Amino acid sequence: MSGGLTSLSFPKNAHAALANPPLLKAIAHIEETLVSGRRRATEALPEFEALRDAGRDIKAHTLAHLDLYLEAFERKVMEAGGFVHWAADAADANRIILDICQKAGARRVTKGKSMITEEVGLNAYLQANGIAPVETDLGEYIIQLRGETPSHIIAPAVHVNKEQVAADFRRVHTDLDPKRNLEEPTSLLAEARGVLRESFLSADVGITGANFLVAETGSTVIVTNEGNGDLTQILPKTHIVLASIEKVVPTLEDVATIMRLLARSATGQEMSVYTTFSTGPRRPGDPDGPEAFHVVLLDNGRSAMLGSEFEDMLRCIRCGACINHCPVYRSIGGHAYGSVYPGPMGSVLTPSLQGLEKSAHLANASTLCGRCESVCPMRIPLPKMLRHWREKEFERHLTPKKARFGLAAWRFLATRPRLYGLATRFGAWGLARLAGRDGALRQVPLAGGWTRWRDLPAPEGGTFRTEWAKRGRK
Amino acid sequence: MTTPKPRVALFVTCLVDFFRPTVGFSAVKLLEDAGCDVSVPAGQTCCGQPAYNSGDRAGARALAEQVIALFEGFDHVVIPSGSCAGMVKTHYPDLFSGEPNWRLRAEALADKTHELTSFLVDVLGVAPLPATWEGTATYHDSCSGLRELGVKDQPRRLLSAVDGLAIKEMRDPEACCGFGGAFCVKYDEISNAIVERKVADVRSTGAELLLAGDLGCLLNIAGKLRREGSSVEVRHVAEVLAGMANGPAIGETRK
Ligand code: SF4
Repeated sequence: MSGGLTSLSFPKNAHAALANPPLLKAIAHIEETLVSGRRRATEALPEFEALRDAGRDIKAHTLAHLDLYLEAFERKVMEAGGFVHWAADAADANRIILDICQKAGARRVTKGKSMITEEVGLNAYLQANGIAPVETDLGEYIIQLRGETPSHIIAPAVHVNKEQVAADFRRVHTDLDPKRNLEEPTSLLAEARGVLRESFLSADVGITGANFLVAETGSTVIVTNEGNGDLTQILPKTHIVLASIEKVVPTLEDVATIMRLLARSATGQEMSVYTTFSTGPRRPGDPDGPEAFHVVLLDNGRSAMLGSEFEDMLRCIRCGACINHCPVYRSIGGHAYGSVYPGPMGSVLTPSLQGLEKSAHLANASTLCGRCESVCPMRIPLPKMLRHWREKEFERHLTPKKARFGLAAWRFLATRPRLYGLATRFGAWGLARLAGRDGALRQVPLAGGWTRWRDLPAPEGGTFRTEWAKRGRK
Repeated sequence: MTTPKPRVALFVTCLVDFFRPTVGFSAVKLLEDAGCDVSVPAGQTCCGQPAYNSGDRAGARALAEQVIALFEGFDHVVIPSGSCAGMVKTHYPDLFSGEPNWRLRAEALADKTHELTSFLVDVLGVAPLPATWEGTATYHDSCSGLRELGVKDQPRRLLSAVDGLAIKEMRDPEACCGFGGAFCVKYDEISNAIVERKVADVRSTGAELLLAGDLGCLLNIAGKLRREGSSVEVRHVAEVLAGMANGPAIGETRK
């Protein structure tokens, strides 16, 4: 369960996750699905590395002129008959969306998969105001049944096994024939489809996110694998798109370039199954489409990242590759982070969104192995930015006292080579003696974090520097 | 006329100095065999990585200044560790942004600093004197060496010349071992979950020997193998290349 977990209790959350075998079993699948998928897809495309450069450059250029492109986008949306609303923060976005829903007389809204609505907490807000949101993406639908939040940005229910889903469906879909087989993912999908069909037809408003906003045409773009996004935005009378400001790109051509990176990095597909462009409401002569089209542009801390050491993070296209390849995420899953966005991208982004004080641990809970950066299609230097957050913590004295003391002591010693030589000589000699012939120590005072799980190999005896000096060498 | 021998300074690193002098001596032997004039500047301690990765820029800087002053006079600086070499090569210059003098010195040092196997292969281009090790080894690619410095083929190329040694690759040699400096004690439980996977991969190759180029990873993996009661030997790649792999392996019982 993610309910109520916060980043502040990260070690406890991680502890619980590591003691949860079904969770560990579920996230182990990431290797043979998403990771191998990406490997195959990128190996099959010789120009993939060049595309990464191109993608990075498109986003970097857009961010350098973000105001211009957003204004151009707004103009085009209005020309197409739609509305654009600017939301400074989550509360703003929720208020704007509620207002549109109320004016449309909405009781029920359908939702396409969207992390941004998770970021602002839209579902809870709508519910509190008498409007029932129904998630239509299968993964989102499952976690909505379970009362959870997404544990992954592209695979929200990646922490759940199919047996658990079958049990949840039987619990909630009470008219389900007990004999009906729900063993296979396809039969689960069929069951969900049947239930959702009704929601699609009766919803008053459809809410989606956007993978791209196109300045040139005023279009919003979503990619999905289930087609639920299309039904969400075509069937109801009103379509609301909630998107953060960095989703804008200049042209359709740019969308095409980045699309070649997105699905390959995310799932290993060449393209997602559905790519849908929405430009304004239904025009005369259109066979379908909403009567009203609204785009809510969310800032929520992002404009403050422009020009800062975190600007590169705004290139993120939410593919999830950094998450899939992260050894920490792969050990504990997404809920333990206690933040909306998990894994490396989440640990960089979250402190910008909710403040560093509330995000303790996130930047530190990384080995800085760099695999995230090596797979990021947008070449975002994630480890470097995690380190920036650590520096900010240190500057603001948020680093725990014990760690600060340790660092100060180390600096004191390491900048005094003679003293250092003496201390290390005694230390190495002492530990080697303590280990005796065993060669390794099962317990070492003050090193409990190490020896709880592994032996500490003993030093050989003399330090290199003393042995070197003994040989009369310089 | 003979060209003068390149003057090479060895930065042994704090972990090698303390835990595993054999790695330092192996590095010296490899460099001298390759025709270098090797010095080990006295007064060397730590490259400053613990401070840098904990957000303590001032502490990292203080150590960087010390390293720069101590090593800048040599033709090359060689380090038997991908992460310490990565620190000097890719991070030192960043520590001095806005201070042109220091930055120039940091960049000059970065340019002539090399990870050991990369120095032997990419800079000197020499084959080490033949060594022997009978058996099968598997190689762990340490993260910083691999992703910051591109160390991947160099150690394998050198090992392919070792008599009797066969390399059997593990499932995912580029996966992190979970060490991560302070991470391994701050988030010890997660670190353990990661090293458990690494050790399972190592063990399923059936190799008798695990090699890598970074002592941090080696201590972590050796410690876990020991705790699990495995008999897989763990050594720094330099020990095997230099023919100095005859003493007890890392964490191994002394005879
Ligand atoms: S940071 Fe990079 S890899 Fe991670 S989700 Fe964003 S674009 Fe994908």
